[in-house]
Amino acid sequence: MRDDWLREDRLPHIYCAGCGNGTIMNCVLEAVEKTGWDQKKTIFISGIGCSSRAPGYILTDSLHTTHGRAIAFATGVKMANPSLHVVVFTGDGDLAAIGGNHFIHACRRNIDITVVCMNNHIYGMTGGQGSPTTPIGKTSTTTPYGADEAPFDLAELAMAAGANYVARWTSFHVKQLTDSVLTGLNTPGFSLIEVRCQCPTSYGRRNKYREPVDYMTYLKSHAVLKEKWERSAAPGTELPVDSFLVGEFVRRQRPVMGVPDEA
Amino acid sequence: MQGNIASAEGALAAGCTFFGGYPITPSTEVAEHMATRMPKIKGACFIQMEDEIASIAAVIGAAWTGARSMTATSGPGFSLMMENIGYAVMTETPCVIVNIQRGGPSTGQPTMAAQGDIMQVKFGSHGDYSIIALAPSSVQECFDLTAKAFNLADRFRTPVFLMADEVIGHMREKIEIPDSVEIVRPKPLPEGALPFAPGPDGVSGFAAFGTGRHIPVTGLTHDERGYPDTTNPARHESLVRRLVSKIEDARHDIADYSIVNEEAEYVFVCYGAPVRTVREVVERLRLPDTGYLQLRTVWPFPEGLLSRFPKVKAFIVPEMNLGMMAREIERHVSVPVIPVSKIGGDLHTPEELVEAVKAAGGLL
Ligand SMILES: Cc1ncc(C[n+]2csc(CCOP(=O)(O)OP(=O)(O)O)c2C)c(N)n1
Ligand code: SF4
Ligand SMILES: [Mg+2]
Repeated sequence: MRDDWLREDRLPHIYCAGCGNGTIMNCVLEAVEKTGWDQKKTIFISGIGCSSRAPGYILTDSLHTTHGRAIAFATGVKMANPSLHVVVFTGDGDLAAIGGNHFIHACRRNIDITVVCMNNHIYGMTGGQGSPTTPIGKTSTTTPYGADEAPFDLAELAMAAGANYVARWTSFHVKQLTDSVLTGLNTPGFSLIEVRCQCPTSYGRRNKYREPVDYMTYLKSHAVLKEKWERSAAPGTELPVDSFLVGEFVRRQRPVMGVPDEA
Repeated sequence: MQGNIASAEGALAAGCTFFGGYPITPSTEVAEHMATRMPKIKGACFIQMEDEIASIAAVIGAAWTGARSMTATSGPGFSLMMENIGYAVMTETPCVIVNIQRGGPSTGQPTMAAQGDIMQVKFGSHGDYSIIALAPSSVQECFDLTAKAFNLADRFRTPVFLMADEVIGHMREKIEIPDSVEIVRPKPLPEGALPFAPGPDGVSGFAAFGTGRHIPVTGLTHDERGYPDTTNPARHESLVRRLVSKIEDARHDIADYSIVNEEAEYVFVCYGAPVRTVREVVERLRLPDTGYLQLRTVWPFPEGLLSRFPKVKAFIVPEMNLGMMAREIERHVSVPVIPVSKIGGDLHTPEELVEAVKAAGGLL
């Protein structure tokens, strides 16, 4: 059934062997199918980057736009025709560097779109430069001595800016990720699903995660379930080094934009 | 009615249902008027975006849903839009961009008129391309040309620009609003046709998002299916040449102009606000041996019109920039082209143009 949503004539895709993006795309498509949305009325939109190539492989109307601007294009599509379902694929650079302003404003407006960010902590497509989510100390071609700027926490950012639904998973958490995407798709308003994922080519190679499985192992062992952490850790306790929270961060019903008028 | 309001009303008369914008002097009244009018029109949407990059992005997105879409801005905002204007060109997205020009570079003169963006509109985004640019010289033309811009955008599947300026945008004149305006929507995409396969006129049919055609739109060099194909030189060349020629080959069809006195020896070529002073000199003062060509379509440049003056001794080009279109005109003629450049925000005075004609006479 999922095959119906893929452009067979565009395969094989450009992703490197072991790249996390393919897995994430599959999870998103599985979730989209579960919504029962009409393929005709479902629009995928992206910016520029490896992550942003995803819509090109999906058999729907799609906009592969300019670097950082996907959400602004999506806002136009959704506001002009609220009966369409709009899903954005983006990367950490696309979303949080060049597109940061559009990101927070879309959260503030709580526009009814779902954004899936493939956060590989690096500029994959351009060959491995540092991004706003490159962790301190990690190397990239533009942080050859280790990144020394504090990274953004994308989920916290979306939450603070007003998004109705925010979750974070990894490319290892296929089931949870799919469920969260589905919840995001079904939640009116802005949904962000941040997915931490491996880029063996541009990130792994320089940061001792040469094999895709190395990074998957890291993701699995350092992802801390938010719910569990909040239940067990004493308030104010810092997460262990290199660990990060996963799970659902917020699900709420602030006023939204871009939903069809009640008839 | 004010020029900016007339432009907004022209858009609404043409069925514009999406406006995305960001405030900037001297264009703001266009957005403010749309913000007042659009919420009362069923199915129409006004949205104030976070910046001009987002504004043009939203306009392009809305256009793909089939909505007639528009934004309005001025110099600094126009500069910010450049990358996505190239995207609209490459993806053949019909949309209308109003630029109420002010003095630049940079923040320059927010409240003063200029025509300094007339080259930027054609060349400001990277790569080779063509667009359509119209220039109003009165409030009536703000209305008429904005409405017309939507038809051209749809017919040629291209961004179309209304290149007004602060004087025209803020001027108040009586205008006639017709009961209805002509509306030409894009050719539909024939059943089974590839979304970027050109018709005989080089323009592909259009199908809106949500109608089941599964169109992949990309700013990358693409084939007729819309699939990226970025390293094939022949593919890139044929795509870009088609995007240019669908507009350039139709330049005389697109041309909107007025000619007064084809027998003139001294011919003003003008567009936008300077047209008003030219008319004063030629039509009211009746300065001997003068005539003019008013270009309401500036791009694609209708160069054939320059040969409509058999006795011309010199073309005189008053512009509110340092001679931008004068250079373009020079490329096409063998008689002298005399720029009368004026920047700072004031219109040319009739005396300045009379002097220019006299000086031209002395030159020869
Ligand atoms: C305006 C602009 N600046 C820079 C680039 C070059 N560029 C292409 S992709 C990219 C970074 C992509 O990083 P990310 O969004 O994290 O996507 P990834 O490739 O990692 O999935 C950059 C800087 C561009 N295409 N456009
Ligand atoms: S460079 Fe990285 S993100 Fe891009 S396809 Fe390769 S592995 Fe994936
Ligand atoms: Mg990245």
